[in-house]
Amino acid sequence: MSSNSFAYNEQSGGGEATELGQEATSTISPSGAFGLFSSDMKKNEDLKQMLESNKDSAKLDAMKRIVGMIAKGKNASELFPAVVKNVASKNIEIKKLVYVYLVRYAEEQQDLALLSISTFQRALKDPNQLIRASALRVLSSIRVPIIVPIMMLAIKEASADLSPYVRKNAAHAIQKLYSLDPEQKEMLIEIIEKLLKDKSTLVAGSVVMAFEEVCPDRIDLIHKNYRKLCNLLVDVEEWGQVVIIHMLTRYARTQFVSPWREGDVLEDNEKDFYDSDEEQKEKADKRKRPYAMDPDHRLLIRNTKPLLQSRNAAVVMAVAQLYWHIAPKSEAGIISKSLVRLLRSSREVQYIVLQNIATMSIQRKGMFEPYLKSFYVRSTDPTMIKILKLEILTNLANEANISTLLREFQTYVKSQDKQFAAATIQTIGRCATSITEVSDTCLNGLVCLLSNRDEIVVAESVVVIKKLLQMQPMQHGEIIKHMAKLLDSITVPVARASILWLIGENCERVPKIAPDVLRKTAKSFTSEDDLVKLQILNLGAKLYLTNSKQTKLLTQYILNLGKYDQNYDIRDRTRFIRQLIVPNEKSGALSKYAKKIFLAQKPAPLLESPFKDRDHFQLGTLSHTLNTKATGYLELSNWPEVAPDPSVRNVEVIELAKEWTPAGKAKKENPDKKFYSESEEEEDSSESSSDSESESGSESGEDGEDEEDDHSGDSAEDSGESGSEPEAGKGRAATRSRARGRGDSKDVDKEKENSKTSESSSGESSSIEEKKKTKQERNPLTKDVSLLDLDDFNLVSTPVALPTPALSPSLIADLEGLNLSATSSVISVSTPVFVPGKTHVLLHRMSGKGLAAHYFFPRQPCIFGDKMVSVQITLNNTTDQKIENIHVGGKKLPMGMQMHVFNPIESLEPAGSITVSMGIDFCDSTQTASFQLCTKDDCFSVNIQPPVGELLLPVAMSEKDFKKEQGMLSGMNETSTMIIAAPQNFASSVILQKIVNVANVGVVPSGQDNIHRFAAKTVHSGSLMLVTVELKEGSTAQLIINTEKTVIGSVLLRELKPVLSQGKSPGEQKGLKSEMDTEHKPSTLLSSVICAPPASLQELHHHPHSHMELWAEDAFHKLRRDHSSY
Amino acid sequence: MRGAASRTGVVATPAGGVGGGGDRVAVETQVRGWATLLSLGSCSPWTPGLQAASILPSTRAKITRFGQQPMRPHSLAPGRPLPPAGLSRAEGLSSPCGSWLTAGLCSLTTWTSSPSGHSWGPAWPPRSGLSICRGFQTEKDSLRSLTVSTMIHSLFLINSSGDIFLEKHWKSVVSRSVCDYFFEAQERATEAENVPPVIPTPHHYLLSVYRHKIFFVAVIQTEVPPLFVIEFLHRVVDTFQDYFGVCSEPVIKDNVVVVYEVLEEMLDNGFPLATESNILKELIKPPTILRTVVNTITGSTNVGDQLPTGQLSVVPWRRTGVKYTNNEAYFDVIEEIDAIIDKSGSTITAEIQGVIDACVKLTGMPDLTLSFMNPRLLDDVSFHPCVRFKRWESERILSFIPPDGNFRLLSYHVSAQNLVAIPVYVKHNISFRDSSSLGRFEITVGPKQTMGKTIEGVTVTSQMPRGVLNMSLTPSQGTHTFDPVTKMLSWDVGKINPQKLPSLKGTMSLQAGASKPDENPTINLQFKIQQLAISGLKVNRLDMYGEKYKPFKGIKYMTKAGKFQVRT
Repeated sequence: MSSNSFAYNEQSGGGEATELGQEATSTISPSGAFGLFSSDMKKNEDLKQMLESNKDSAKLDAMKRIVGMIAKGKNASELFPAVVKNVASKNIEIKKLVYVYLVRYAEEQQDLALLSISTFQRALKDPNQLIRASALRVLSSIRVPIIVPIMMLAIKEASADLSPYVRKNAAHAIQKLYSLDPEQKEMLIEIIEKLLKDKSTLVAGSVVMAFEEVCPDRIDLIHKNYRKLCNLLVDVEEWGQVVIIHMLTRYARTQFVSPWREGDVLEDNEKDFYDSDEEQKEKADKRKRPYAMDPDHRLLIRNTKPLLQSRNAAVVMAVAQLYWHIAPKSEAGIISKSLVRLLRSSREVQYIVLQNIATMSIQRKGMFEPYLKSFYVRSTDPTMIKILKLEILTNLANEANISTLLREFQTYVKSQDKQFAAATIQTIGRCATSITEVSDTCLNGLVCLLSNRDEIVVAESVVVIKKLLQMQPMQHGEIIKHMAKLLDSITVPVARASILWLIGENCERVPKIAPDVLRKTAKSFTSEDDLVKLQILNLGAKLYLTNSKQTKLLTQYILNLGKYDQNYDIRDRTRFIRQLIVPNEKSGALSKYAKKIFLAQKPAPLLESPFKDRDHFQLGTLSHTLNTKATGYLELSNWPEVAPDPSVRNVEVIELAKEWTPAGKAKKENPDKKFYSESEEEEDSSESSSDSESESGSESGEDGEDEEDDHSGDSAEDSGESGSEPEAGKGRAATRSRARGRGDSKDVDKEKENSKTSESSSGESSSIEEKKKTKQERNPLTKDVSLLDLDDFNLVSTPVALPTPALSPSLIADLEGLNLSATSSVISVSTPVFVPGKTHVLLHRMSGKGLAAHYFFPRQPCIFGDKMVSVQITLNNTTDQKIENIHVGGKKLPMGMQMHVFNPIESLEPAGSITVSMGIDFCDSTQTASFQLCTKDDCFSVNIQPPVGELLLPVAMSEKDFKKEQGMLSGMNETSTMIIAAPQNFASSVILQKIVNVANVGVVPSGQDNIHRFAAKTVHSGSLMLVTVELKEGSTAQLIINTEKTVIGSVLLRELKPVLSQGKSPGEQKGLKSEMDTEHKPSTLLSSVICAPPASLQELHHHPHSHMELWAEDAFHKLRRDHSSY
Repeated sequence: MRGAASRTGVVATPAGGVGGGGDRVAVETQVRGWATLLSLGSCSPWTPGLQAASILPSTRAKITRFGQQPMRPHSLAPGRPLPPAGLSRAEGLSSPCGSWLTAGLCSLTTWTSSPSGHSWGPAWPPRSGLSICRGFQTEKDSLRSLTVSTMIHSLFLINSSGDIFLEKHWKSVVSRSVCDYFFEAQERATEAENVPPVIPTPHHYLLSVYRHKIFFVAVIQTEVPPLFVIEFLHRVVDTFQDYFGVCSEPVIKDNVVVVYEVLEEMLDNGFPLATESNILKELIKPPTILRTVVNTITGSTNVGDQLPTGQLSVVPWRRTGVKYTNNEAYFDVIEEIDAIIDKSGSTITAEIQGVIDACVKLTGMPDLTLSFMNPRLLDDVSFHPCVRFKRWESERILSFIPPDGNFRLLSYHVSAQNLVAIPVYVKHNISFRDSSSLGRFEITVGPKQTMGKTIEGVTVTSQMPRGVLNMSLTPSQGTHTFDPVTKMLSWDVGKINPQKLPSLKGTMSLQAGASKPDENPTINLQFKIQQLAISGLKVNRLDMYGEKYKPFKGIKYMTKAGKFQVRT
């Protein structure tokens, strides 16, 4: 219908007119434009006529079209006079649309807008509150400075209106007036103060909003309304809740002392008594000295908790940030569940919530660790969400879950979303630096990625490897060599530059390769990217200094090339380097230090989260999201040293308290004295406050609270009531047809209020008996609450203490499946084939003053944690006295290692012996777990070092699966050796016996006689460990071990090799072995076996030459294969 | 790294160089941002001698991009002279009847004054009377900007092709040109989904949500919890959907007046006023065909002339005086399974997210209680504001006075601790070969733990790797499509018959010469199971208090796939 022509006209009216405007001024107006122009005039005439007609329908039609124009951003200001006439229209819809128009254009046509003012003034007196409210809304939206006094008057009147809806609009109008004329601030603050007292939930949010905008620094206005706001909070509409919670967070940070530190405030017994119920749960929080939370502080935390259940994400986030910023650390855990729930909603909500979780997870990993899987990335997530999730996963990574995470990362690296794949590589780099146990695994993985087809992936890997190598200044010559080879194929400038830098930095370690690289790059110098050129120059300079014989000419050639480069940076650098390294008569003292300058030890880069330190912004704010201070951001102050006077929150006379600032000089008075004087004040004040309340004349349905204030004197009576009220409330709630909260929560609120007042005025209740009564009566309810709280905490706080059992058994099973699942789902832990009876000495009776201890590995899955190795310790008392209280004292464990100790043994009879079991998580390394074995009187340092074979759990799998797995674990994951031994040693039973004696592996049924297969997985990370013994002709056999854990694999290989090649019969050997074992510590056994000086795994990390070469070669072959396939 | 460079004084390590490069880029964009702005500013009518042709190249690029929209400020044809500088606003306004000149000027000024005319930085001459669209001095303005904010300043609706088709301002007018920052971000993000929800600009912050192929962009000026704005925008979309059935560009354009009225009621001075649909619908009646006909005949309107009772009643979400002849209350328990299944078929993660949607049409003020057989199952619950939280805490009973009509009573999460039954499995065999340009593709879908129920509405979608040119497949049932442009394979399976499992087999033709893809595609699954709540949740009973009549009650269960992915 007309909409088409209409749209066309509008275009000409708006868009064309813009251009016409310019044309006219240049006085060259094509005639065609005039045609359009006139039609434009005509069209507006048309609208004007419609507006002036007598028919409402025509007017309405015109107004609708005008609103349509406004909506499209077209200009309709010329119609102002015609439209404004209709402001008094009887038709409510026309009126509304005229309002819309007025608000949009009044500012531009102030004189004319004034014509409409009288209409609004009349409407402000209308009996219908809707009309009053909307008149106020429009009046205050007309941004015409002349009407400021009129607005002021209107707001004042409206703020005392009987209808809360009108008062709400008055609160909104305050902000509008303030933005129009900030000089009205003082008057407006008065109105805000009045409205803050309002008891309607409708008004609360809006007035706090006005407060935040007009006078956010006047915290003193909040004092007396604090408790009321806390109690109303549940019933306020959701948007108001957000604003109020944010404001109260700021308030709490200025008014209460920190609940995070251990009690630093002198607390009088009175308070302790009051808080004792709520503080019970915090006893578990290892607080040694009593810290008593201000009851008002507690009130806020308690009353916001239900809001975590809100459907509105903004409210949940607001509560979460409140808990984060003001709740005791032990309680903040309850927010994680709700935040994780929000991840289900739209991507925008996810984006903000994930950002906040990222910040939180850096500081308190434990909070989100149980929800690790909720952050797994789906291929359908938008990239920004993926990267945020990755960030959180990195933050949550620890020794316990890193292997699971690395598996997950493997999937991500292959993602088609290359940006995400690149981010994953960065993440792997970060994990490698933060968790030392996996740094080699990560590095190996990254090196594998170098042979990836995707250039971005390779480039990113190079950059990350460079950073990692820089951080671990070890012998990584092989990796560097490998990367030097890659230089031919990689084209991404950053990656090339990284490789060159790395070679330059390590040029002395790769003395043969570095000059060659320089030669190659010198050839391609002119075609390189600027970034690469700079690094070529650097490389040249470094080589010149270290190996000038070979590279002098090359470097000079490069310097000459650089001298005439187009880029001035490169020219500058060239000139600079030349002066520095090439000795000539002009060069000053500096060139002597050239080597020091170029080859100085560079500090390693810090790979850290972009969300680190972001929490100095209040969470949930825009500033936090942007990580810059947004306009109007209000800083969250630090906790005051000493709490400002809490009595200011007692409802009393309005006085401009100046004490709220955290000064606290005069606060260190005798608490008792303070207490009494306070209550006297309060007595006075409570009277006058009730006066002032009745003066304010704000009528509201619930005057219950007024009454309370009046009656606060007789606390005993009140608290008596309160004890019974909740039950009554509950009983009634079912049948009551009142609003939620009004019905039952109010009662509870009221009760709380009572307890507050009874607390503050308990100085008056002279008899102690009464007090006790209060306490008893309050007990049941508060206990109930705290029980509920405890419920919540259990869920969250346990994982903080012990990360491993946080997952339920079913989940663990699931996890295990997952660990292996990427390779196969058919792996299950089986029972050990053989449990060697060898024991090791833990504590000799001579050094243990009669207490002897032996340990042995029962090869059972540990009951204390799925990543632990179980160890059985047998304690013997060889003295003739009772040894009492045997327990484990101080533990000295390497990073990441965990130990579950046995329960203390009360006493051990003479000649008695007892066997206890422990669990130790060795983190898949043969590092020693040192701890102290203590008796009542003595402490003995002991240590357990596991043989590598005990770090495994046997796995049952079919031959087919075994082959499949083995195929996946080829290349760098494979180590092998040849064994020569007498043929009788290659009987299958002998081999089996020998191998299971050394290592806890499971036997894989084999179809071939000459091949024996064994499978196990590492206890900690669950990585597969596949052992193959392949008999060859003659007396040789090949021993092959396939595992991701190459280090353990090679240790196991070295351990198995001598065992298998020993020529003695199994019986003899067993005897020998047991002899050895009982006499030597396992470490000596290990070292004797591998014929090397005692090498801890740590050292092996440093010298991984053997397998380094293996995989480097392998990777190289792979690479060549890839190339040939192109 | 930086430390290294500064300590040695000479050596810029690559990382340092890279970092530096990154910084430089950032600085550049910032500078460019300013330049764009300033160049905009420089075309303002009071800068003599400067012409639109001075717009920077970057902006000009945009002109060509958005050239088709006449209202875009940048679309000033380069080379055309501007109005003389002497022409002040006062002159323009002195002819209130609105000549074409004023019209031209005003549309100019709307964009020149874009960031509400203050704190333009040193380049902006602090002359009084400059802020054309506002009546006050610049200094005063900038002072105010520190203290005064409006939560939501303006709202722009932008369609996927980048047209602003609706704008609404709650305070002074913010020029459309602010959206250019949004367009820039949109251009940078390859897909609409990747446009960041929060975009900072020199004077404003743009917060956006993307729904129904429309961007809802809110302009804010000062600190505000971003979720507040985002949640509100979502509520706006929900309301539109509630009003018009669908929320799409043509529908919004057709109902622009109602949209405007609704927005006017939802926000006052940028702060949410009425967002409950029950109340809004009383203030502004949703358009229906019948009512439109009646309105045109009788001349009555969509706007309610009575005060909405809800605003003042004790139950803010329910209107009073509801009357029905058939009193009925229906509850739908809908559960969605979010899962990631790995290559070998084992579950990596699985969760159940459930909601209870209600449709309650009851007379008067009924007070309902709903109890469950196994309420402990519900791990994490969020409620409609009507639910009495304390009662739930103590008795695990839902007690509430329902809103009138459709609403979401609660949504819940079944804890990951409970093992989630996965009702379907996918057997897949997708293989690319290095040598040939053909790949094999074969998937079979089958039921797993369905508690004897049929799985319906099964749809399989998969984003194939870029290297896949085409696929020739034959399904054993249902229909399949493969879009060679987006590489999206979708197979509408329908019902699963356990006796004859549906399968899709065939070959993929790969780009010749290209290497085989790194990763096999992920398979996304959709399905429905009627009459089953997979978590085992069961409603025990529904009781009504406060009213005399006996309502008709109904409950329905359904399980659906949420984000159900199978990695291959």
